[in-house]
Amino acid sequence: MFIELGHFALVLAFAVALVQMVVPLIGAHKRWTGWMAVAEPAATTQFLLVAFSFAALTYAFVVSDFSLRIVVANSHTDKPMLYKVSGVWGNHEGSMLLWVLILTLFGAMAAWFGGNLPPTLRARVLAVQSAIGAAFYGFILFTSNPFDRLAVPPFNGEDLNPLLQDPGLAFHPPFLYLGYVGLSICFSFAVAALIEGRVDAAWGRWVRPWTLAAWLFLTVGIGLGSWWAYYELGWGGFWFWDPVENASFMPWLIGAALLHSAIVVEKREALKSWTILLAIMAFGFSLIGTFIVRSGVITSVHAFANDPERGVFILMILGVFMGGALMLYAARAGIMEAKGVFGVVSRESALVFNNVLLAVAALVVFIGTIWPLVAEMFFARKLSVGPPFFNMAFTPFMVILALILPIGAILPWKRARLGRALWQLRAALVLALAVGVLVFALQTGRSALGPVGMFLGTWLISGAAVDLWSRSGRGAVGARLGRVLRLPRADWGKAVAHAGLGVTMLGISGLLAWEVEDIRTANIGDRFEVAGYGIQLDAVERVPGPNYRSTMATMTVWRGDRQLATLHPEKRVYPVAAMPTTEAGIDNGFLRDVYLVIGDPQDDGSWAVRTYIKPLANWIWLGAIIMALGGLLSLSDRRYRVAAGARKAAPTDAVPAE
Amino acid sequence: MLKHLLLALSLLLAVPAFAVEPDEVLDDPVLETRAREISKGLRCLVCRNESIDESNAELAKELRVLVRERLVEGDSDEEVVDYLVDRYGEYVLLKPKATGANLVLWVAGPVLLIVALGIGVGYVLTRRRSEEPSGAGLSAEEEARLKEIMGE
Repeated sequence: MFIELGHFALVLAFAVALVQMVVPLIGAHKRWTGWMAVAEPAATTQFLLVAFSFAALTYAFVVSDFSLRIVVANSHTDKPMLYKVSGVWGNHEGSMLLWVLILTLFGAMAAWFGGNLPPTLRARVLAVQSAIGAAFYGFILFTSNPFDRLAVPPFNGEDLNPLLQDPGLAFHPPFLYLGYVGLSICFSFAVAALIEGRVDAAWGRWVRPWTLAAWLFLTVGIGLGSWWAYYELGWGGFWFWDPVENASFMPWLIGAALLHSAIVVEKREALKSWTILLAIMAFGFSLIGTFIVRSGVITSVHAFANDPERGVFILMILGVFMGGALMLYAARAGIMEAKGVFGVVSRESALVFNNVLLAVAALVVFIGTIWPLVAEMFFARKLSVGPPFFNMAFTPFMVILALILPIGAILPWKRARLGRALWQLRAALVLALAVGVLVFALQTGRSALGPVGMFLGTWLISGAAVDLWSRSGRGAVGARLGRVLRLPRADWGKAVAHAGLGVTMLGISGLLAWEVEDIRTANIGDRFEVAGYGIQLDAVERVPGPNYRSTMATMTVWRGDRQLATLHPEKRVYPVAAMPTTEAGIDNGFLRDVYLVIGDPQDDGSWAVRTYIKPLANWIWLGAIIMALGGLLSLSDRRYRVAAGARKAAPTDAVPAE
Repeated sequence: MLKHLLLALSLLLAVPAFAVEPDEVLDDPVLETRAREISKGLRCLVCRNESIDESNAELAKELRVLVRERLVEGDSDEEVVDYLVDRYGEYVLLKPKATGANLVLWVAGPVLLIVALGIGVGYVLTRRRSEEPSGAGLSAEEEARLKEIMGE
């Protein structure tokens, strides 16, 4: 009964969405306030209906209602509760329901917090958002209905893919979707602005928090996915340039570009039409990502749900929204005149350069991702594009970006002098060079990756510190320190996020340049040395788990005579899904991880054992967290609230708002 | 048919990597390093986007052993790769060759960068030249809104 109500709520939400995509748009055109006002309650209603529908599906998973097809296919009574809940979005139908839940959540939030938007713009934004919603309701109801019942329910389910039964991956999709779908609001704002025929500083200010939020969630989502791959897939890789990973990485890159170009719109009223285009493209890449993941056209490690019919439907959605938006763009972009004037050397120019690099990098990833498809369709060549290509084609962009970032960040608006900026950054540059040279001297005969990566990472972090310090004016150190602490949160957010990128770069280059790997067979009681660490295989036992059987080793890590850790690498077999997984034993450290994997028993009674020493591994995700934290700081800046709060009270905070 | 193939694929790829196994490792560390480097650039044909160095599918193991056999027999790195391409087609290469239509893939990055830089520089130059529009920016509606925000 509850399930049917959930299904019905979804159909009802579809109907509301159809109303919301038409009525406010007409209202905005004719200036009928009543018609425009439909949008706000409609957006709230849609969200409540979808939330109810999602709750009904979650309930079905929690109580293991095996009359539902997708519960049978993705759940089992023995599964731990956390994975019963995460099983809701661990499959195609449920994840699309999560997608629309987040879509309507963002729509409702735009309605709730959009009080300071001009009424016509707000009506149009909500109408466009609802049109996206309507397309996806149609997709769910017609091609992938999560509420499909089975005539004869089986006694038990088929279990969730064991690789997905993991805390890291349980929360990876919701964050990614918050990011993907968050970009839909930017798209709606862009299309509404095109219909409106008006883009100004205020528009930039409205769009930026949404972009920031979406980018932040994408950062967390990608970080979680990469962390999961690191500890779950069994050899400690953190990025595979898999089509599905690329699908989330492209919107991240474009989102980062949009974030920066929207600043130029907000502060300087320039780059307007480019920013609109980026907002359209960012969501376009989200849709392409959905297409890649959901259609399975480009096969990959993650495409666990694929069906050509669904792919065609998503391709149609992509075609309609991108085609429509780009046509509108072509017709209307001309009327957006830029106001700001700036010199060749200026913050504006630096941000243009940033956008060039990020956008081209995203396009390179895009071309690499779809090239196998293109080559097969048009040139009859069956080929692969894998990590070696992407590493080679993508890395230069990040190197250039890291080189110019601290300089661009410190340049003043309008007109700047390069010499002065470099002089301000002299301490950061000297420090970074010193670190690079030191690393080069310490490592002999290895790749340039280490020294270059350490130089760039240090340069980014110390450059961010100089950026903050340079804003503190003159005077005694104590007074300057006080002023640095009182800088607006947006400034802190910028510095923190840039430093986070530096931390991630340090982690990636450290790990890639200095990883040590050891493969061997070991008998119980054997001790062997890997890069100065003593590793001892103490025992191997068979242990039953809640819904799996485990072969668990007990291994100790030694440094000389001192025992550092006792680790339990495992091999698990999930009998219901008939799948094995590895659980690496990892001793996390600030400067290195010791990463142990237990393999198969050998004929002579010994065990295959892999040991990795992974320097700076945790810095990769630490950097992602710091980047997200920077985004959060920036998002909490009072400038975004000042216009909203002005009606209630004059701001009392003494911080100057630029 | 397709469904079964996908199922078979998903079972193969699901086997988590215990890639290179101890009995495969060559005694000569130089040859072994070369073998690892070559393996990283070769696709495990039955997996999705995994190199034979990472995969522990049966076929990947066979290919790893094959690479090592060729190296022990004295083949150069290129000869080993060519040998595999002859047998399995260019699908086996994770870094596609820069021949024919693939040139598009390889030059896309640099060319796009140059084009984008050109557009960017062009834009920056126009912004430098254009005149700052005189200050009559606000409409009556905006003036009213401004007053409201300023708390008047």
